[in-house]
Amino acid sequence: MERLLILEDGSVYRGQAFGSDELRTGELVFNTSMTGYQEILTDNSYCGQIVMMTYPLIGNYGINRDDYESIEPAVFGFVVRDLCEAPSNWRSQETLDSFLKSHSIPGIYGVDTRAITRKLRNSGTMRAMLAKPDTDIEQAVAQLQNTPWLHDQVARVSSGKIFPIPNRGHKVVLMDFGAKLGIVRELSRRGCDLIVVPWDTDAQTILSYHPDGVMLSNGPGDPEDVPQAIETIRQLMGKTVIFGICLGHQLISLASGAKTYKLKFGHRGGNHPVVDLETGRVDITSQNHGFAVDIDSLADTDLELTHRALNDGSCEGVRHKNLPVFSVQFHPEASAGPEDTAYLFDKFVAMMDKEGRHA
Amino acid sequence: MPKRKDIRKILVIGSGPIVIGQAAEFDYAGSQACTSLREEGYEVVLINSNPATIMTDSSIADRVYIEPLSLEFAKRVICKERPDAILGSLGGQTGLNLVVELAQDGILEDYGVEILGTDLQAINRAEDRELFRDLMQEIGEPVPESMIVHTVQEAVDFCAGLGYPVVVRPAYTLGGTGGGFAHNEEELRRITEAGLKISPVHQCLIERSIAGYKEIEYEVMRDANDNAIVVCNMENVDPVGIHTGDSIVVAPVQTLTDQENQMLRSASLKIIRALKICGGCNVQLALDPASFKYYVIEVNPRVSRSSALASKATGYPIAKISAKLAVGLTLDEILNPVTGTSYACFEPALDYVVTKFPRFPFDKFPGADRQLGTQMKATGEVMSIGRSFEESFLKAVRSLETKTDHLEQKDMMDMSQGELLSRIHERDDERIFAIAQYLRNGGDPRRIEAETHMDPFFIDHLLVILDLEKQAQVPGAKDDAELLRRLKRNGFSDAWIARCWGMSEEELSARRRELGIVPVFKMVDTCAGEFTSETPYFYSSYEQENESEVSDRRKIVVLGSGPIRIGQGVEFDYATVHCVETLRQEGYEAIIINNNPETVSTDFSISDKLYFEPLTTEDVMTVVDLEQPEGVIVQFGGQTAINLADSLVRRGVKILGTSLEDIDRAEDRHEFEAMLHKLDIPQPQGETAVTVEEALEIAGRIGYPVLVRPSYVLGGRAMEIVHNDDDLRKYMATAVKEISHDAPILVDKYVVGKELEIDAVADGENVYIPGVMEHIERAGVHSGDSISVYPAQTISQEVKDTIIDYAIRIGKGFRFKGLYNIQFIVDRQNKVYVLEVNPRSSRTVPFISKVTGVPMSAMATRAILGQSIPEQGYVPGYHPEDKERVFVKAPVFSFAKLRSVDTVLGPEMKSTGEALGSDTSLEKALYKALVASGVRIPTHGAVLITVADGDKEEALKLARRFSDIGYGLYATKGTAKLLREAGLFVHEADKVEEGDTNNVLDIIRTGQVNFVINTLSANNQASNDGFLIRRVSAENNISCMTSLDTANALAGVLESLSFSMISMNEMGR
Repeated sequence: MERLLILEDGSVYRGQAFGSDELRTGELVFNTSMTGYQEILTDNSYCGQIVMMTYPLIGNYGINRDDYESIEPAVFGFVVRDLCEAPSNWRSQETLDSFLKSHSIPGIYGVDTRAITRKLRNSGTMRAMLAKPDTDIEQAVAQLQNTPWLHDQVARVSSGKIFPIPNRGHKVVLMDFGAKLGIVRELSRRGCDLIVVPWDTDAQTILSYHPDGVMLSNGPGDPEDVPQAIETIRQLMGKTVIFGICLGHQLISLASGAKTYKLKFGHRGGNHPVVDLETGRVDITSQNHGFAVDIDSLADTDLELTHRALNDGSCEGVRHKNLPVFSVQFHPEASAGPEDTAYLFDKFVAMMDKEGRHA
Repeated sequence: MPKRKDIRKILVIGSGPIVIGQAAEFDYAGSQACTSLREEGYEVVLINSNPATIMTDSSIADRVYIEPLSLEFAKRVICKERPDAILGSLGGQTGLNLVVELAQDGILEDYGVEILGTDLQAINRAEDRELFRDLMQEIGEPVPESMIVHTVQEAVDFCAGLGYPVVVRPAYTLGGTGGGFAHNEEELRRITEAGLKISPVHQCLIERSIAGYKEIEYEVMRDANDNAIVVCNMENVDPVGIHTGDSIVVAPVQTLTDQENQMLRSASLKIIRALKICGGCNVQLALDPASFKYYVIEVNPRVSRSSALASKATGYPIAKISAKLAVGLTLDEILNPVTGTSYACFEPALDYVVTKFPRFPFDKFPGADRQLGTQMKATGEVMSIGRSFEESFLKAVRSLETKTDHLEQKDMMDMSQGELLSRIHERDDERIFAIAQYLRNGGDPRRIEAETHMDPFFIDHLLVILDLEKQAQVPGAKDDAELLRRLKRNGFSDAWIARCWGMSEEELSARRRELGIVPVFKMVDTCAGEFTSETPYFYSSYEQENESEVSDRRKIVVLGSGPIRIGQGVEFDYATVHCVETLRQEGYEAIIINNNPETVSTDFSISDKLYFEPLTTEDVMTVVDLEQPEGVIVQFGGQTAINLADSLVRRGVKILGTSLEDIDRAEDRHEFEAMLHKLDIPQPQGETAVTVEEALEIAGRIGYPVLVRPSYVLGGRAMEIVHNDDDLRKYMATAVKEISHDAPILVDKYVVGKELEIDAVADGENVYIPGVMEHIERAGVHSGDSISVYPAQTISQEVKDTIIDYAIRIGKGFRFKGLYNIQFIVDRQNKVYVLEVNPRSSRTVPFISKVTGVPMSAMATRAILGQSIPEQGYVPGYHPEDKERVFVKAPVFSFAKLRSVDTVLGPEMKSTGEALGSDTSLEKALYKALVASGVRIPTHGAVLITVADGDKEEALKLARRFSDIGYGLYATKGTAKLLREAGLFVHEADKVEEGDTNNVLDIIRTGQVNFVINTLSANNQASNDGFLIRRVSAENNISCMTSLDTANALAGVLESLSFSMISMNEMGR
């Protein structure tokens, strides 16, 4: 069955349908990872987005029960060049197609994903929709151009209630803006006793658990869409150790008075080099962000730049000059992507060790 | 870190002659490294014995020494040049070993030469089995458990704890002789017992078997600041058990989840960091297909064949960057040369699928053991790029030039499923074709999985191809445009589809274009389109958007020579690269099409545009259609390119240089004869035959011995000297699969005499001949396997003048424009005959260009562009000879790696590479050439002589020469008797079947002799013994000479090295 991918600039790509038939509109972004589509599909930071993989063969190893980054995926669509219908891997339990069907995610394959990537690279990310072959293109494009950007993605993917993931180590409150399970895995692996709280939990509630540290998770969308969380973080700073990842990093920056901006087409993939300004070392990192912290705006804050993207020089990490607060734009929890920076979780734990328990 | 300022002069070690397992990839790596170091302002001194490479062009380094890569000569270079540092990790195993030898010798320390890149300790830790094992244990990386045992009981006890299956490897037997897999105690006992007997040290290694595991490779880079990245990962389609060089390999990995991929990636980085390698490194891992269990198989602490492949697969120039890392730069300081905007410290993202197929030499070695295993047997490889697995895979298949344009082989079509299964079970080089045929016939895919342990992913994708085949075969399919589009998107060739639909390829191609089903070109940019790139590196795919922008410059397409094989090696790439460089200098846009990932020509910085495509009419036409060049140059790409000339012309393409008509005149037997007759140039009598009767009749008329071969041969393929009717019948029945009017058999009088060769440039009117080369071995040994000498040493000026005169007449008469090569033979009466004329670049072009200083390819390219030889500043005729130096080119063989191949030299080419020796006398030059080709020449030693009856007289003279310089003589009964009667002292060796301890084979195995001289006997038993003698020599690294001419040359060398021992009485004083 045919299916269309329509972009807001009027371009139309004809391909084959797979996954669900519940067609949606979203922001079309591309990811350059060659493995890890299961993690990417289930990464809630993609809420509201249609994800396109630049690697052409997708579905090769199926979907397994272990490599989820969330229980319920939140992507709005999936675009690939060549869909593998007979996956092969010892852990595979179903095909990509059946997975997408059962999670109401529509897909399209057989389109020139490289051509579309080049378009996004030149024009920036765009609104796009997956559509039936007989769709009135003009009308669809007009509709796309009038579709407002979403502002409530965090609320859509954050946990609705507070729950514990018990352990016997440091007490860590995980503020869930759409947290990847990888963050939970890394903290649990280090013995952290987690309490997961919804994105809009106030500082008082969080501090009532006497945490050794607060982990600010990744999440979808524009950081300025969650002013409430920014305020919470502002109140938490100085009261406990804070480690932010991705959206969490942007929120710390905003809470400290820095500014964020939207990147042309973002950083999405598993091959992004980041310089640690302290050691001069370069790590290859997993990234997924459409917004970034404005380095110039750090000047008027108590934050200092710790990491920089090697390629475009954008902000990849900050720390507070006086407080035990630090954050990175990339994903030390990897999944999908390189595990080079997992040591940052050790750093978080060490910082909690140093600051002493029961803050 | 900025680059090192404390070093100024760097000695780079090359990899020497091409052998199986170490080929053109090191020319690519080495020339990149030298260029890269000079870019940084260092003075580069190079030592490499291989004249056929771009790397040994004087322009590549400040000083180029074409000298043997031995301790002796490397030390001389160090003494003379006094380098500050030495770089060996770009010269393959040879380079690495030489650095280790030099370090052990102490000269590096004495002269204060620092080892750059990977240091000695790291090399040792990676190369030494035990040290490596210890290091892996230290850092917690698993290696297959193993133990050295001396008794069967030890083995049994060890396996009781380890479990089965295990591999038993007897120590110090070559090519894994006597080992095998044991699946239970009974098998273990049997194999170990046999193995202990066979092992000269009565020792076996018992190792956990990981055969059937997925074989995954990571190409890793690390800098001095400990930054480490993975450039590329690759998955072998053939699981562990078949050498990765002989496996079909895809990049990136296809069947690994991110979890598995990251696990192995992290392990690879951990290993390169633990080894403290500075530069590139290859890590091979085995992954259990059913768990997260993995093992580290091996690590190559240097650039390798795999890293060349990874460079071409990703666009990331590993060797170039490695050289910069060696001088202290770090990855984050070096710009990614592909994008020009991002840095070298990143991991390339691919948005295509790369397939590598090995190219095997078995078409030349019909008797060879074709089973694949842990010893690499391929001589070369092809790579292809596509946007789907099917497209990539089928493009690779038709790049192979094994007479197939699809995943099918004619001779398998009639095989039963049982026969196919047994072919699959044999694990030979054609297994993938047998698998396809088995599945095509409806065989069970699960059976293939069980038999081969190939991942179902690959088998399922083969099934997609086979299913499309079936759809194409449905009646009426030819009218289905959508199906045609699908077939093309999945990589099917026009040739196959046309055949299937009963039309000509041209018709199909025309229809396809009418329907608008044409491919576009995509860029290889290291970043999956994320950043703008300027790389002119493209591949075709049936997609929507074309990225290859056509310029308005004058452009010319140059066809490369495809995979390296015996008879068509790196020499052709050399000529291609020079052609491209010259075109660029002359202001043309030079566009290259080639499919060999190992070579310099497929380095995207060499040409204005590189199309990485199969060399078939269809694929070349796709490029031509887009680029609309002024013409296509075919004469540098060997027979591969020449063979395309005809079909390209039929499609309206202009062939630049020698015209198709004139090419045909040289290649078509009858036209060639007529032309030579017209020019009044003699050739050995001969005719063509299409039936056995005809062949016998011709042979009867011209008289035996005759030389028989199929027409249109390359490197003497399937060529034989036949002495009688019986042998001729046998040849006609076995050696030649198809005889037809299109492909007749040539029957020529075999003239006994001296062989000579020239390469020349013609511009249509004038001819320039850089030199006449003389072969040491008499006619009958393929020119590519002969030792070649320049200037010619033993022919008269008159003969030389005749050769030059013939060469000029031929150049003009055939209206050649560009390069051509002529083989001559001079009989005992000094009559010169022309054996063959090749209207193209040849194997000897780099050699003669280097030794005469005449840039032949450049000259030829200019002639092709219309500049006459005088206009180029040369006086037509013969290039003046440099009498001060003698240059010798010696062939190099890979016999130790090809089991069951007879090493006897004949009209069929067998060598894989060549080495150059030059000095002030023939003997000195020969010595160097032989040493460089791997022959060890001790001044004291012994020689085993076993020759055919017809050669005994000549052998006696030879034996006397060896005896006179104090060499010991060994001989079998007949020869020994003769020598003894002549008054020589000789050790008599038993024949093969005669004794247990003193037979010829033992004498060779135990190293009692340094050389073996063995000539071919007509007697069956003797010929069988001879075969064993030659094989055992090859496997024990003892030089075995099968031509008395080679032996005489060697004797000359030894004489020049030795003091003679003759009594006054003998002198008659």
